[in-house]
Order: sequence, then C-alpha cells, then structure tokens
Amino acid sequence: MAEHKEFELRLYIAGETQRSKTALENLKRYCEENVKDRYSIEIIDLLANPQLAEGDQILAVPTLVRRVPVPIRKIIGDLSNEERVLVGLDLRERS
Amino acid sequence: MVKVHKEQVLVSLEKAPTGINGLDEITEGGFPKGRPTLIAGNAGCGKTLLAMEFLIKGITECNEPGVFISFEESAKDLVLNVASLGYDLDDFVAKGKLRIDQVIVERSEIEEAGEYDLEGLFIRLGYAIDSIGAKRIVLDTLESLFSGFTNQAILRAELRRLFQWLKDKGMTAIITGERGDTSLTRQGLEEYVSDCVILLDHRIEDQISTRRLRVVKYRGSTHGTNEYPFLIDEDGITVMPVTSLNLNHPVSKERISSGIEQLDVMLGGGFYKGSSILVSGSSGTGKTNVSGYLADATCKTGAKCLYVAFEESPQQITRNLQSIGINLNPYIKQDLLQFRAVRAASQGLEMHLASLYKVIQKFKPEVVVIDPITTLASSSNVRDAQNMLSRMMDMLKAENITAMMTSLTQGHENLEQTENSVSSFADTWLLLRDFEVNGERNRLMYVLKSRGTHHSNQVREFIISDNGINLVDVYLGPEGMLTGSARVAAEARYKSAELVRKNQMGTAERKLEHKRLLILAQIESLKAELAVQDTETENSNANEEERGAHDSIDKAAFKVSRGGKQSG
Repeated sequence: MAEHKEFELRLYIAGETQRSKTALENLKRYCEENVKDRYSIEIIDLLANPQLAEGDQILAVPTLVRRVPVPIRKIIGDLSNEERVLVGLDLRERS
Repeated sequence: MVKVHKEQVLVSLEKAPTGINGLDEITEGGFPKGRPTLIAGNAGCGKTLLAMEFLIKGITECNEPGVFISFEESAKDLVLNVASLGYDLDDFVAKGKLRIDQVIVERSEIEEAGEYDLEGLFIRLGYAIDSIGAKRIVLDTLESLFSGFTNQAILRAELRRLFQWLKDKGMTAIITGERGDTSLTRQGLEEYVSDCVILLDHRIEDQISTRRLRVVKYRGSTHGTNEYPFLIDEDGITVMPVTSLNLNHPVSKERISSGIEQLDVMLGGGFYKGSSILVSGSSGTGKTNVSGYLADATCKTGAKCLYVAFEESPQQITRNLQSIGINLNPYIKQDLLQFRAVRAASQGLEMHLASLYKVIQKFKPEVVVIDPITTLASSSNVRDAQNMLSRMMDMLKAENITAMMTSLTQGHENLEQTENSVSSFADTWLLLRDFEVNGERNRLMYVLKSRGTHHSNQVREFIISDNGINLVDVYLGPEGMLTGSARVAAEARYKSAELVRKNQMGTAERKLEHKRLLILAQIESLKAELAVQDTETENSNANEEERGAHDSIDKAAFKVSRGGKQSG
C-alpha cells in the first residue's frame, strides 16, 4: 500500500480477538460503501509490535486512526456504530 | 517506635523504601512492595515530585529501575523540573534505569464508536516495564483518563483490571490523584487502591504556606497517623517525622561548657549534653552574647554548632561577638559552625520545623542555638508555637543535641510567668535581667532552674566588656544588693574601710607589741636588778664572814694596840 490514497487509515488491534475482527469488517464495509478505491487500511497488532502504541498514543483498542487527510482523527471501539464512524471520518456531517 | 515494629513488619508486609527523608520513618519502611499506593492532593502540593523522587531513589538506592507514565506533563518538562533538584533524568534514561512515557489523552480527537477496552494502555505499560525491567512505576495522574473516555463503565472496569494487573506483575506503583471535594480523589481512585493512601496538603494560613503529609491508610502495617509537615526544596522532599511527644530520649551525664567559666561553676560543671537551655531576658540583656559563647566553646572542642538566627544576619552576629572578643569566623570556615538565618515570618512553623530537621540531619551538630524562639511565637498563635517547640525539643533530644534557645521577654512584666509556654521544655533556665538603679542599668544573671544539677542560687552581675563576659558576685551589704558603679563604689568603700581598719588594727598590734617589748624589757631589767641583788647579797655574806675574822684579829690587834700585854 505504498501508493498515496485520499484516505490513509490505520487500525490498531491487540491480537485477533472477536472485537478486532468485528472492527475490521465494519471498517472495510464502510470504506467500500463510501470511499471505494480511495482508501488504504494498515493493521497494526500491538501484541506483535507494542512499541508502536506510543507513536499514535493508543490507549484503547481497537482504535482507528485517520492519518490522512489531516487533522488526525481517532475512533475507538469495534466501529459498530456506523453513524459515529462516518462522522468521525468526516464522511458525514455531524447531525 | 520504628524499631519496636520492625520485625513484625518484615513478617507481615514487604516494603519498598521511598528513600525520601522522613517518609520511611512514618510509613515504617516505605510503601507496600509490589502493590499500588495512592497519593492524593490538590494541584501543586507535590504529588508529581514525590512520585518522581520515589522512582529516583529506587534507582539510586535500591537499584530498582522505574517507569514514569505521565498523563499531564511532557517528558521534557519532567526532566527540567527535576533537574532543579540536581537529578539528571536523561542520564538515568540513557543507562536504561528510567523510562518516561507521556500518555496524551485528547478528548477532542477521539470518537467512540462501539465496544472497546484499554488493552492499548496495558500494552504500552507492559512494554515500558519490560524494556528496562522496571520494579517501580508511577502513573501521574490516572484521572486524566476520565476526561478522555465517556464510557465510565468500561473505564472503571479497566482501571480495576489495571491495578490487578500491576499487582500481578509485582510492580510497586504510585498512582496520583487530584483531591476531590467530598472524596479523597475526584474520581474515587481510592476505591481501587486500597493498600496505601497518602494525602498531601498545602495550606495557607496568614499568608504563610505549610505543606503537610498524612498516611490515610496503610493496610497491613502500622504507620504514623498524624499530619506531618514536609518541605520541598533543592534537595527534594523532606518529611519531618517527629510529632508525637515521645519522652523517651537517651540522656547523658556528660557536661559541656557554656564557655563562661563562672557560669559553669554556677551550674556545677556546665550544661548537660543533650539538654535544653533557655536564656531569657528583655532586649539588650546579652542573650546573643551568651549564645555566642556557647557556640565558641562548642567549636573550640571541635564539635559542630548550628546557629539559627531569626533576627540578625550571621554577619551582624559575628561582628557583634567580635566586639566582646569572640571570633566565630574561623569556625564557619572550618564548617564547624553553620548559620541558618531566616525570618521567622518567612515560612510557617511546620516549615521551620521541617527545614530545621533537614539541616540537622545533614549537618549533624552537637549544639543548636535558636536565637530567639520568641519570634516564632509572635508569627503565629501561641498554641501552635508551643506545639512546634515541644516537637522541636523532642527532635533535638532524640538526637542528643544540646539546644540553647533565647527568649525575648517584654519590658518589665513578670519574667517568670510570661514564659510558661516555653520554660517547661527547658532543662536549664538562665534568666538575664536589667537592674536599673542610681541612674544606671546593669545586667544580672541567675540560674532559675537547672534540672539534675546542683546549681548556685546566687545572682551574679553580668558584665559585658571588650574582654568578654564576666560574672561577678554582686555586692551584698547593709545597703542591700548593689550592682554596677554602686557595687564598685560600695566595694571601694568597703576596701578603704578595710584599709583603715587594717591600719587601726596594725596600730593596736604595734602598741601591744610595744607594750610586750616594754614588759620584756622590764623583765630583763628586773632580772638584771635581781642579779645585782643576788650578787650584793652574796657579797654582804662574804663580807660578814670576813668581818668576823677580821673582828677577832682586830680585837687581838686592838688589845695589842692598847699596849697591854698580850694576854693569852
């Protein structure tokens, strides 16, 4: 995923838990529906790379970080609340 | 107190020494090892510093690496803050003894969308701990999390899990928390941390700030329960552990000289080592001079003396003492004498106590002079001052330090009554007083009390001259007690009368001698007379015999001469 996309997303998880699976599935679905072909998703497993938690100041997992476009946004949770995710990613106006 | 419980503590609970002056005494060994301790307090009361010092001392004194998780300050700020205490955190970090992580909780950029947990935080902590093999950890302050997450139920469950996790990892942890209005901490952290809770307080009374520390609870351990004053200065935190009136200090029979020979005599050999001496008197009676003598005498023997001056600068004191022939400057250079000059009003009583404690711990003097203690009382209410003084005396006695306190008495009040608050602490009480008579003012000194010594009941005139202090017997005569020039005059009168008397006596003696000589002469002459008499008597007897003989011759001759025939 070296090429630059309009939406560069990072999903931090801690192991292959049900919650992280749910989060990833939800995220992919929203992206396909809203920003198809304009996004990239990088998955970081903190159990494998604990040192990476510091960089994006990750406390909660799962955490979705929108790195591009700026400003950086963070959405935590299993992303089951579609409305909030889309608002958080600035894909929908806050109602 | 500490010693009595030591064995018991070792059995029941292992402790991690804090290394903070005084705090280990209060907690009887430190914080619970392998468990979390909560430090609660208002903003600016020293939580972060205490926590950081706990880590630093862990590294320097216990060889326990530590992690500092800061939710508020940046690592850079922390390093700068502690640099003022003389600690180089960067150096610890470089050596792999310390790790500082800043956790930023930015509410504005976090959106919550569904179920989550704080595994990310656990992973960060775990990573930080494992990277340096930390034994100690500080979370400062965990409450910031509450502003970052809206789902309180998740947060509280995760906090509970966090503390259990820290315990499982065997981490000695410090959690700091802001003081709440009704509870110890705003977010009720105390319900998670039940092992040890320390409360810090920073109060302002009469515009003077006092920091206090209290151990609210300490499960499985005895601990001091009072509020203990503490101090933050260039050496970090110092807690003053002594608050209880513990009348169980070692006593000494050793005596130390007051520096004034005659006073030592009055006291039957000087002050007891480790006793407390009160020197009271109105202004200008020479209290500081007496103190100066003690300091001088102490340093002369090579012992250390701490001079706490509340009214004069060290320069002024040494200059003034030079005028009576005492030069303290060499002792200052040799580090035998240390001055500590502060205004009494500059800080609260507790702070004075704590800072004095610290200086004493560091300097280890054998004699402490506090000149004067009365300013302490005037800067706050009498009860507090009395309380503080009694604790100070306990502290000094526990260290077997001889303490001389000067006390300024006002004008012509009853000197012995106004100082009730102070005098009970004093083992020896020297009273200096003015004596105004015949248009001049003279100084008197007497030993009002001196526990455990035979002391003189005599009032002495206290003379301060270029040559120093001199205690002179007052003149007691038919005119009453005389001092100063009256004494000198009386003494002169006495002397001249003595002289006259001596002269008179001399004359009488001479007369008697003369008479004796006369008599002796008479005896001699009588003896001579007698001798003459005896001789005469002898002579006359001899003459008589001779005459008898002559007589018969003469008679014969007479017959012959008559021309008659010789009869016969």
